Amino acid sequence: MTTFSDLTRLPDARGHFGPYGGRFVSETLSFALEDLEKTYMSLRDDPDFQAEFDHDLAHYVGRPSPLYHAERWSRQLGGAQIWLKREDLNHTGAHKVNNTIGQALLAKKGGKPRVIAETGAGQHGVATATVAARLGLKCDIYMGAEDVQRQKLNVYRMHLLGANVIPVESGSRTLKDAMNEALRDWVTNVDDTFYIIGTVAGPHPYPMLVRDFNAVVGREARKQSLEQIGRLPDTLIACVGGGSNALGLFYPFVEDEGVHMIGVEAGGDGIETGRHAAPLSANAPRGVLHGNRTYLMSDEGGQVLETHSISAGLDYPGVGPEHALWKDVGRVEYVAANDEAVLEAFRELTHVEGIMPALESAHALAHAKVLAPTMRTDQHIVVNLSGRGDKDILTVAKIDGVEF
Amino acid sequence: MNRIDQRFADLKEQKRTALIPFITAGDPAPEHTVGFMHALVEAGADVIELGMPFSDPMADGPVIQKACERALKHNVRLSHILAMVEEFRRQDNETPVVLMGYLNPLERMGLQAFAEQASASGVDGVLVVDMPPEEADEIAPLFKEYHLQSIFLVAPTTSKERAAIICDHGEGYLYYVSLKGVTGAATLDVTSIDQQLESLRQMTSIPLCVGFGIRDGETAAAVGKVADGVVVGSALVSRIADNCERPERAREELKRILSDMRQALDACPGRCFRQDDL
Repeated sequence: MTTFSDLTRLPDARGHFGPYGGRFVSETLSFALEDLEKTYMSLRDDPDFQAEFDHDLAHYVGRPSPLYHAERWSRQLGGAQIWLKREDLNHTGAHKVNNTIGQALLAKKGGKPRVIAETGAGQHGVATATVAARLGLKCDIYMGAEDVQRQKLNVYRMHLLGANVIPVESGSRTLKDAMNEALRDWVTNVDDTFYIIGTVAGPHPYPMLVRDFNAVVGREARKQSLEQIGRLPDTLIACVGGGSNALGLFYPFVEDEGVHMIGVEAGGDGIETGRHAAPLSANAPRGVLHGNRTYLMSDEGGQVLETHSISAGLDYPGVGPEHALWKDVGRVEYVAANDEAVLEAFRELTHVEGIMPALESAHALAHAKVLAPTMRTDQHIVVNLSGRGDKDILTVAKIDGVEF
Repeated sequence: MNRIDQRFADLKEQKRTALIPFITAGDPAPEHTVGFMHALVEAGADVIELGMPFSDPMADGPVIQKACERALKHNVRLSHILAMVEEFRRQDNETPVVLMGYLNPLERMGLQAFAEQASASGVDGVLVVDMPPEEADEIAPLFKEYHLQSIFLVAPTTSKERAAIICDHGEGYLYYVSLKGVTGAATLDVTSIDQQLESLRQMTSIPLCVGFGIRDGETAAAVGKVADGVVVGSALVSRIADNCERPERAREELKRILSDMRQALDACPGRCFRQDDL
């Protein structure tokens, strides 16, 4: 029987989270991953490295991000108090930068002059292009051709930052295909290139190090809860695509058994329609993609399925392996929010609190909207507001029938 | 004796270098694959590597990616691929067949079911690209039980420590990836391949075959001087791509290219020959 404190000691030496995770890659990548693992393990407990990371987070990213009491929205919902962890206020507008700062430091230590990344909504691409600009690194961003269309603003933002955005035309032309292409690039250019993966998926050690770099979110939220609420929250809610913002928030609370955690996946048109991106909530079979074993949406022949979501950032058929284990052991509850409910939450928070959330984060808000009224007014929910919605204005305008 | 071991033993005796063509099962359509396999044997193939198409072939370049897409348009599944091997075996009970692909379709079918049915269909070896030996705990004993040989990749970047582990697990032959990059990529450096193969020979006695970057008779012969076998994939698959609508023509092209390589290899005393001189 796994106890919750055991969970914090994972992954094991081979990068496994129970039956999930691992390093399922072609031999051509093994060397680079071993090298990265060695570099990271030698630095993760190095006080100088941590100090440099913390310094960048404070002075470049603007951390700590506030824990904001959404009083008006809470009152309107008539139940639990909702607190927003304001990752949207970070430099570049999302939690993604926590990780890119960390991995860019690793790239620098490893002396790599070039970084590459995959991106879905473009937030990770922007965060990578940003740190690359700051460190003077050459930067190529792979982005599904479909997402390039959906997220034009972020594409141009990356151009302005000096990055080269490469549209990926293969497969479903979304996030998973961008990741395939980035892996192919890395295999070819491994000598001078560092691959900054944007989520807690991919081969070991990525799920571990992306989690570690994002765990600052949960550490802050825990401390802020004790200070501002006077105790730990009852419930944490975060959206889950690959799952990096959720792991970042949840991880420091794993041993706090009284804290209920809920990951909200992209329900798309509804789980029952098959048009979604919610492998955990839909109980997708176990599978292997992008170097790790996890819950994976694939057909009976084992071919990876196309996913559907209003938010490009959650449009991914797999999920970080640590989430897969947390589902199995019951530490985290996973649910899905449909596109329609997500849009409603997006509009509601914008109207009631003057905060425009990213469509990804609006998944977490949509579930908070359902859950809060079922709770007492002296109970507290912390929602990870993982990103801001500026990038989604064109998407929402289009739904409203407005063209610019 | 397993067909792969038997074939390499014969080749050694004949002082010949193994020629190993790769095609993707179901490309451009399932009904052509068995015919292509027979054509490859007629043109001098010693072992056939049959690709199992996957939606996300991360280690492959555009040529094999497109082959996967063409095959998957016909919804080619493992059960179909095993039926192709079974059909091939009705006429050819000698040429070893190695399945090459990615892990997810195998896991989805069930590893036990896959091993059992692959063996019954006449498959001799399996190369799972995204399954290094460290992750093979579950699959390796099943393959052993069903007499399927586990073929592994070795790369130019593979450390000595890892090479030792791979040599420990590898059966049939080792597939040495001659370049960094994906399948179908650029140029070869035969001297560096020679050095790497020599260091592998300190660790294992199984045949060392080289793939990635072999496109014609000349490159095949150059690599044949230092390796026990050469693997050719993208050069063949691109001919299939160019002749999707004319499968007969594709078949002739496959034969032509492979025959050229066969002749070039046989004209040039290979490594097996050299080894006996030592």
